[in-house]
Amino acid sequence: MNILVYLEHDGSEVKKASLSALSFAQALTHGPDDSVRFLLIGENLDKVASQAAKYAPTLVLEAMELAHPIAERYALVIADAVESQQADMLVAASTSQAKDIISRSAALLGGAMASDVVAHARVGEELQLDRPIYAGAVIATVVLKGSPQIITVQASAYEASPPSDSTFAVTPLSPNLDNVPQRVQIIDVETKRSSRPDVTEADVVVSGGRALRTSEDFEQLVGGLADALHGATGSSRALVDGGITPNELQVGQTGKIIAPEVYVALGISGAVQHLAGMKNSKTVIAINNDSEAPIFEEADYGLVGDVYAIVPDLIEQLNSG
Amino acid sequence: MKILVPAKRVPDTDQKIEVCEDHSGIETGHLPFVVNPFDAIALEEAIRIREDRVDAEIVAVSVGDLEYEEQLRTALAMGADRAIRVDCIESLDPWNTACVLKALVEQESPDLVLMGKQAVDGDCNQTGQFLAAMLDWPQATFASRIKCLEDKLLVDRETDAGIETVELPFPAVITVDLRLNEPRYASLPGIMKAKKKEIAEISMGDLGVQNAEKMHTVSVRSAKTARKRVMVSSSCELAEKLRESLKST
Ligand SMILES: Cc1cc2nc3c(=O)[nH]c(=O)nc-3n(C[C@H](O)[C@H](O)[C@H](O)COP(=O)(O)OP(=O)(O)OC[C@H]3O[C@@H](n4cnc5c(N)ncnc54)[C@H](O)[C@@H]3O)c2cc1C
Repeated sequence: MNILVYLEHDGSEVKKASLSALSFAQALTHGPDDSVRFLLIGENLDKVASQAAKYAPTLVLEAMELAHPIAERYALVIADAVESQQADMLVAASTSQAKDIISRSAALLGGAMASDVVAHARVGEELQLDRPIYAGAVIATVVLKGSPQIITVQASAYEASPPSDSTFAVTPLSPNLDNVPQRVQIIDVETKRSSRPDVTEADVVVSGGRALRTSEDFEQLVGGLADALHGATGSSRALVDGGITPNELQVGQTGKIIAPEVYVALGISGAVQHLAGMKNSKTVIAINNDSEAPIFEEADYGLVGDVYAIVPDLIEQLNSG
Repeated sequence: MKILVPAKRVPDTDQKIEVCEDHSGIETGHLPFVVNPFDAIALEEAIRIREDRVDAEIVAVSVGDLEYEEQLRTALAMGADRAIRVDCIESLDPWNTACVLKALVEQESPDLVLMGKQAVDGDCNQTGQFLAAMLDWPQATFASRIKCLEDKLLVDRETDAGIETVELPFPAVITVDLRLNEPRYASLPGIMKAKKKEIAEISMGDLGVQNAEKMHTVSVRSAKTARKRVMVSSSCELAEKLRESLKST
């Protein structure tokens, strides 16, 4: 088995989700003929490459044209690398970048792709992959036909691979840019940097729902509780649609899929599309003023009441104890 | 300008999904079906583009059995100019769906394919990207704003890091996200008019496409999580539970 793992980064740091993709790939390889390598793409990659080399041998594709992750460019050089390295499998964490780029690559490589994989099993010759469907209400077991296989995994389903004591090789590849199209141009990137951890990487996530009436209330109650727990903030779709929270906070079927140690849902009803994003959290805690709210079915600990009354009290208790 | 909008038939999103006893699929007998919500958003956007530029024609397409006519009627009632159903009794994986759409694009020569970023049944989030790759067209996925200019498109994309604005030329594939717009309901006159419109039918054979499965479903099961479901009665008690949960991490 020869596997390439697409390594996502922000120009200076390796994305933690890619370490989960790495651990999925490592779980599939055992023999001396097997290999798992990172595929790292971008511009000025020295820093990221030396970080990556702590985890796995790393192939580097560097070029000015590859400075930004634009799907039509990246998909082509990734497909080229998979072919030239004769890889049997391309793996990535299921992030918005991978959905955009890796799916496009997959089509150039024959289309045997499974996305959002949460578990796997070898059954005879077959690699069976579990993936959620119908907003996570159902798990499908699928097998891919043809090679190479392209798989994205939910980072929350696989532990991040630990760094090794030794440093692995970093090998530059020269990307063939002759046929790389330049039709799509990035005009602007609007990132809202928050002082809190990323919702996909935090051990504790506090999320707010429609109960929160303004951004200020959200910041005070959801943000305040998150800070007391040194956690990240998340949100239901209702608040993103209402312009109260930015879209990158959305947890759910069509937002982020996370599995923190502790997930706290404040004034969230528990629609199946929201549950899809957090149901694998280790401990779920819910506060809702409706004792019949479906979120309580999916919670380990629940408290019926008004978040405006309970949360300030809770923050005070946590901060004082 | 011609806009192609694929529309998938999916169970209504507020329905409880039950798995069949033999685990081959889900129970569909009792389920109401709708146009995939993301596809409805794509269609709405196509209609808004046409409202801005009179020359636009919207063609809604589905790949499925006769029952799919229900969703194509909805698309016509909302405002699609024409509808095509590619007859297919099997449920296709994203690769084969993209193969059919590619053949349709070659036949119809649209300037733009506007489609949902995912179908809420399979949740694959692949078909649009596959189609763009097969056609070698530029793509903009997860659109939350689309500006359709004379010779190019400006698209805001929802990414994990925030909003990214890209510029791309025609022809292109755009997949849409939830916050792009709020789809309209079909008006009564629209529904009456849609009833009279013809839905063109093509076979996969006519398009020269054969289903060659890339992702095979072995079985399905319902996803159950076991929760403690302990109700506490005060914030003091809840703070205690929070501390315990954090300690065990
Ligand atoms: C195709 C599709 C995709 C979707 N994707 C997502 C997704 O990715 N993520 C997502 O979250 N949703 C998603 N949704 C939307 C989802 O169906 C729900 O509409 C949404 O999750 C509801 O958000 P909410 O729980 O905040 O709001 P509501 O359902 O309105 O719930 C608010 C809750 O707050 C409680 N409440 C109100 N006031 C208070 C108070 N003062 N104190 C305590 N409790 C209070 C109420 O009892 C209620 O239970 C999607 C829907 C569709 C159709």
